[in-house]
Amino acid sequence: MKKRKLEENIFKGLMIVSLLLVFAALAGIILVVAVKGLSSLNLSMIIETPKGGYYLGKEGGIANAIVGSLYLMAGATISAFIISLPAALALQKEYLSRRFADFTRLILDILWGTPSIVYGAFGFVIMVFLGMRASLLGGIVVLTLLIIPIMIRAMDEAIRLVPFELKEMAYALGTTRAETTLAVVLKQSLPGIFTAVILAFGRGIGDAASILFTAGYTDEIPTSLLDPVASLPLAVFFQIGTPVPEVQARAYAAALILLFIVMLINIIARLLGWRFAKNIVR
Amino acid sequence: MSRIKIKQLSISYGNHQVLKNVSLDIPDRQIIAVIGPSGCGKTTLLKSMNRLLDLNEDVAVKGEIFIDGENIYRPDIDVTALRKRVGFLPQHPYPLPMSIFDNVAFGPKIHGLDISSTPAVSGAQEETGKKEGMRRFVEHYLSLAGLWDEVKDRLHSPAAKLSIGQQQRLALARVLSIEPEIILADEPTSALDPISAKLVETQFKILKQDYTIIFVTHILRQAKRLADYIIFLYMGDLVEHATAGQFFSEPRDEKTRAYITGEIS
Ligand SMILES: Nc1ncnc2c1ncn2[C@@H]1O[C@H](COP(=O)(O)OP(=O)(O)OP(=O)(O)O)[C@@H](O)[C@H]1O
Ligand SMILES: [Mg+2]
Repeated sequence: MKKRKLEENIFKGLMIVSLLLVFAALAGIILVVAVKGLSSLNLSMIIETPKGGYYLGKEGGIANAIVGSLYLMAGATISAFIISLPAALALQKEYLSRRFADFTRLILDILWGTPSIVYGAFGFVIMVFLGMRASLLGGIVVLTLLIIPIMIRAMDEAIRLVPFELKEMAYALGTTRAETTLAVVLKQSLPGIFTAVILAFGRGIGDAASILFTAGYTDEIPTSLLDPVASLPLAVFFQIGTPVPEVQARAYAAALILLFIVMLINIIARLLGWRFAKNIVR
Repeated sequence: MSRIKIKQLSISYGNHQVLKNVSLDIPDRQIIAVIGPSGCGKTTLLKSMNRLLDLNEDVAVKGEIFIDGENIYRPDIDVTALRKRVGFLPQHPYPLPMSIFDNVAFGPKIHGLDISSTPAVSGAQEETGKKEGMRRFVEHYLSLAGLWDEVKDRLHSPAAKLSIGQQQRLALARVLSIEPEIILADEPTSALDPISAKLVETQFKILKQDYTIIFVTHILRQAKRLADYIIFLYMGDLVEHATAGQFFSEPRDEKTRAYITGEIS
């Protein structure tokens, strides 16, 4: 009897410690970034591009990086979505044999684990070969490649949760594979698919290494797909590396803005997710 | 007269043989009960009749099943059309992830059924428009399944919110909505309270004028009450099949007798 109680308490203790650790880490990160960055976070930081002498502490802002990151991620998220959804749906057993699907999953998991600098280097090699310079287009392509494995695998997990009996129910009515997929599988896994997109977005917007050589960096807001483009992670990276304390503080302000965007997207996604979950069968 | 003829049907999952050389003619426009102990292959037999078994990966079907003279295991058969003709009510009736209304409207929509020619709507469509036609159609089948009164005020809320018993009747309405000729029902009352179960049984008795209904049950009394014809499976063998009267009063096989008297189960 005592042993069971002890076991119960150990488990409870472990769970509490783990959760506290998670909350403490998040709070710590936000706190550090806020304390260091809030002082230099002001309106001009958000709406102005860097002026002359900005990197020595003079005025200007990082609108170039904010807009740049949003451009990059809008492009990458949309193109990754267009590729990932059919790919994830194809992993269903109606379309691919279990063996081939599992093999594909293995490949995707390896790609998922590949360091993003490798993606960056790969993209760079290709761009040199094509005679392209660092650009918004290059950044979007590499970010798309970077987030596709996450998006497909997260969608795949959501789709696999659809009970087989539910699909069988549709097939019993005489649906084709496409009809079953559209009317049942997609509807049932919509919240999960949505989460997959957000997850991939989160990974992409925070990544610096993949776009270092492929998107480049610039103080301007790009006007064409072939212009180089700034981004928030690289804004953090470059500014934190300068010797000027004011500029270092601005790195934290940039990080704060990045955190805020990720938070906002997550909250909006949760709110929308509830609407999608209305018809779900449990 | 028999529309469904099963010839030397053997089915195995991997190397586990589940049905062994079953041959049988199933009578038309009657209620047929498939009975037998758990795991004897009742669900498998049912699913073989509209090729729902195809969805399983390592299932092997040998033999032939003829419906209206056509072997449904011929490779060039249109499986979606077959499943429209041979409706299936599963053991666990999940609702489709959509509203109650759409659950019933879905089948006719995918099959492009001309609902204005169905008895449920019959001509009303010209006067009232397409939308009202579909509404009447849905009402008709929900009523037929004994669900209309309970859901008429919330047709557009999610079907997932219905109770299990209501979901089972919704599944019945959904099967009926594609206007099949044959209905396969796998323990259609297993999740129902006695009153709803009676309701479904009554529906079956009405429906048998137009449909052939093959249902699985493990309740002998229900088979006795409802069925005109009995198919008795035991560990994958077709032990006996006969009219209900003969099956229960003068069983020919020793196993049947033992099963009826409850000596084996
Ligand atoms: N998908 C499957 N893969 C492997 N074996 C299966 C599968 N489905 C059923 N079986 C096996 O086939 C046998 C017959 O199963 P079936 O579902 O037809 O039985 P049943 O008569 O409907 O039983 P119950 O009354 O419990 O529903 C069982 O031994 C079962 O374990
Ligand atoms: Mg069964």
